[in-house]
Amino acid sequence: MEVKAPVPRIPPLVWTEFKDLQEWEKYHQERPEGDQYSSLLESVAAGLHHVPGGFVLTTVADSFLNWARKSSVWPVTFGLACCAIEMMATFASRFDVERLGMVPWASPRHSDLMIISGTVTIKMAPMLKRIYDQMPDPKWAVSMGSCANSGGPFRHGYHVVKGVDRVIPVDVYVPGCPPPPESLLNGLLLLQEQIQHFKQTGRRAAPTAKTD
Amino acid sequence: MLIQERLGAPAGGAEGAVVVTVPVAQWQDVAGFAREALGCRYLSFLTAVDWKEEGLEVVARIENLDDNFSLTLKARLGPDQTRCPSLVAVYRGADWMERECYDMFGIRFDGHPDLRRILLPQDWDGHPLLKSYALDTPHPPYR
Repeated sequence: MEVKAPVPRIPPLVWTEFKDLQEWEKYHQERPEGDQYSSLLESVAAGLHHVPGGFVLTTVADSFLNWARKSSVWPVTFGLACCAIEMMATFASRFDVERLGMVPWASPRHSDLMIISGTVTIKMAPMLKRIYDQMPDPKWAVSMGSCANSGGPFRHGYHVVKGVDRVIPVDVYVPGCPPPPESLLNGLLLLQEQIQHFKQTGRRAAPTAKTD
Repeated sequence: MLIQERLGAPAGGAEGAVVVTVPVAQWQDVAGFAREALGCRYLSFLTAVDWKEEGLEVVARIENLDDNFSLTLKARLGPDQTRCPSLVAVYRGADWMERECYDMFGIRFDGHPDLRRILLPQDWDGHPLLKSYALDTPHPPYR
């Protein structure tokens, strides 16, 4: 009896799946319906400033919250190219970012930080944007390596986004091609310093529109 | 020798690597002949070259792995021509190669079962490996 090997069928890509990105972005630019607590908290914080000595309370609360935020920054792993190898080395036992409270997590929904390590192509940019949008606020982004910073050696290619800051707002740029783990560690420490001075929650700057 | 008899075209190239330039109309026949008569059962690659004013050129390299013999087929499409017969009927492996060729050079392969873009997004404008494709072609919103 003849046994026939199964013919592999590759399912066609359904590109309409990504057509709703504009709606997704629109939803994320304004506050969702029924969000009554954010404005309440803001008015409470503003009211505290009118009480004599109230600013001490807000400052202490801010610095406590920021200490908590910076001590448990969970990066979502977004490895795109060779920089991801260095990122993995940074996560591994030799450099061990876990002592800084950073647990590499494979889900954007539990993460505070996105390390974009590698070349962002124009085809990948919508997916990157979508994953970034899935992260809960407050969130940060580290652009790692020349490619993510500016396009790097592929800047003049037809397919590369010239810097990931055209897609999402970036807090720390780590130079290098690829940056060694020490560089990335330095970048992460700088980010922690930035988080310590973090003031406003839930408001993100839009990525800067750039022209060549 | 056999190639010269059969094709009526001079074959050139170094030892073990024969280069044959064929008319576009004979493209499929020559590939079929090479596969059946010459035993070149392996399609190594299929690509294209943009010669600017002289038009596009499709290049395919097929190999006879048993006898250590390889054949490079070339076909000039002519100025402003983008149609070429497909080799999928002869070599199944030409499928994705021709899709990539279409993606990068915009060559329409007649008889291809599923000629879509393979690497670039489906909504991409233009064919980037053409010499006429400007490097700073904008792709909103990210560039």
